[in-house]
Amino acid sequence: MASNQATKPTPHFDRGRFSFYAACSWLALLLFGAVTASLWPLPFAPDQIDSEQLAALPGEAHLLGTDAMGRDLAIRLLFGARVSLTIGICAPLLGLGVGLLLGMPAALYRGWVERVIMTITDVLLAFPTLVFLLVFTALLGPSLTTITMGMGLLIAPRFIRVVRSATLTIVQREFVLAARICGARDITIMTGEILPNIMGTLLPYTLIVAGFVIIAEGGLGFLGLSVPSPAASWGGMLAAGRDTLEQAPHVAMIPMSVIFLTVLSINLIGERLRRGYERN
Amino acid sequence: MRQTGNKLFHLLLVLLAVTALTFVMTDRLPADIAAEVAGHGASAAELAELRERLGLNRPVLLRYATWLGGVCQGEFGKSLATEQPVSQTLASHLPVTLELLALSQLFALLLALPAGIISAWRAGSWIDRLTGTLAFGCAALPNYVMAMGLVLLCALKFKLLPATGYYPLHAGIIANLKGFLLPALSIALVEWVTLMRVLRSDLIATLKEEFILLARCKGVPPWRILLIHALRPSCFSFITVLGMQTAHLIGGAVIIETIFALPGIGRLLVTAIFAQDYPLVQGTVFLIAVAYVALNFLVDLAYGVLDPRVRTGGGNGE
Repeated sequence: MASNQATKPTPHFDRGRFSFYAACSWLALLLFGAVTASLWPLPFAPDQIDSEQLAALPGEAHLLGTDAMGRDLAIRLLFGARVSLTIGICAPLLGLGVGLLLGMPAALYRGWVERVIMTITDVLLAFPTLVFLLVFTALLGPSLTTITMGMGLLIAPRFIRVVRSATLTIVQREFVLAARICGARDITIMTGEILPNIMGTLLPYTLIVAGFVIIAEGGLGFLGLSVPSPAASWGGMLAAGRDTLEQAPHVAMIPMSVIFLTVLSINLIGERLRRGYERN
Repeated sequence: MRQTGNKLFHLLLVLLAVTALTFVMTDRLPADIAAEVAGHGASAAELAELRERLGLNRPVLLRYATWLGGVCQGEFGKSLATEQPVSQTLASHLPVTLELLALSQLFALLLALPAGIISAWRAGSWIDRLTGTLAFGCAALPNYVMAMGLVLLCALKFKLLPATGYYPLHAGIIANLKGFLLPALSIALVEWVTLMRVLRSDLIATLKEEFILLARCKGVPPWRILLIHALRPSCFSFITVLGMQTAHLIGGAVIIETIFALPGIGRLLVTAIFAQDYPLVQGTVFLIAVAYVALNFLVDLAYGVLDPRVRTGGGNGE
């Protein structure tokens, strides 16, 4: 992986750059499809049953075929992407927000503020994440909001830690001192001096978390604890495909590949950003 | 000694928080437990009587204390669905999860150790790049996708192994292992990535140290340098990650256990959630959370045993 030595000019074909653009295009395509899904004149609704085409292979009538109930896979994937991407974008952002709100003051003020925040963080980190997510969603009833909130809150302690340690390395730099001498208030120092400088660490981390969240949401969907069926979710499609794994493997393999490609793309972009940041 | 005491205090604090949260969360699982237990035809008087009997009228804090007292004596109450003691159900499901855990971590180690050592020794070579790319791919596969892929390939296409089916150990060790092979592999094929990466980067750092140079000058063969000289000082983060992964898997193998119909703790939790069997959910979450916390604590302690530099109190700490 750590192959390019950065000193060697690459006149021909940069494999890293190619995969980076491929990953970006895949995510852009997915995002575009998910956002505009209900605007197009699609031939089928996501939960519409085509009783003549049960578990049909990809073909003319259905681009990617149908599942065992005769529902169009491509259209369900598109609507499932709405769920996965909403959670995959909102939950990490929620975690990031909480992390910034608590992590920066902890590093800036030190003392008892830091001790209280970090003790709470440590206790929260001691919880087995997935199990509590499971109980949490079962308790409040699975819906887009509860899952997003639950995931966001469960990953927030990790963000607090990352934000705090990133801030600690910045706080002692001269430009922060200079800002302080100029009479900048704490809030200005945090938003104007620290925040832009820790974003390079936080952005790749947020992407890694986004990949994790999408995987976790798929798992919940698989267990039937994501958005309630008949609404489409990738995990739910996977679970439906499991029942016909022998007769019609494509019903499971198509959502499998989509989850794989999406998480792979997110990881690729995160890796690229991280390496680019480390080089500076 | 003092540090261990501090850690123990921290452990107690975390355990208290975890159990309290578990209790409060699961306490409210069904909206009205009494109605759930009594069924539909129950009259108001019967419901009130049942609430009294289950102790639902008392304040939450009191009930938590009672529950915790029971837990300390190994009493988790009775399952609402089967009327069996929760502790018995847990005890019968735990060995399955433990075996799955042990096997999958064993496979992960078998993959990660050689891969990590070789790619650190030959960093930048084609074999390093190949393992790196493979690892990158595996990291993007959730274990449930891996599991379905393996079932598709090994069980349905080539009919090598059964897709599901659990045989207890006394039914024959071969049948038992056959049932565990695919689930353990689907976990291991995802988990090895982190282990390999951590080992590789730490080994690369160690191999730059002077004592390795000295060993090379003395003419120590490469395998001996790698396995005897370099591995021990490079395996601290490796052990930490291994421990954290194991802790995580106690409840995190839920989906794998469901796919392969293994009667483990994770599957028990999911069935209990769907059946709204709150004493069972409570007991299961408690068990998972405590095991998680305890394992993380043990990893912390193991650090001191492995790395003499971490042991403080005697000698020149830093």
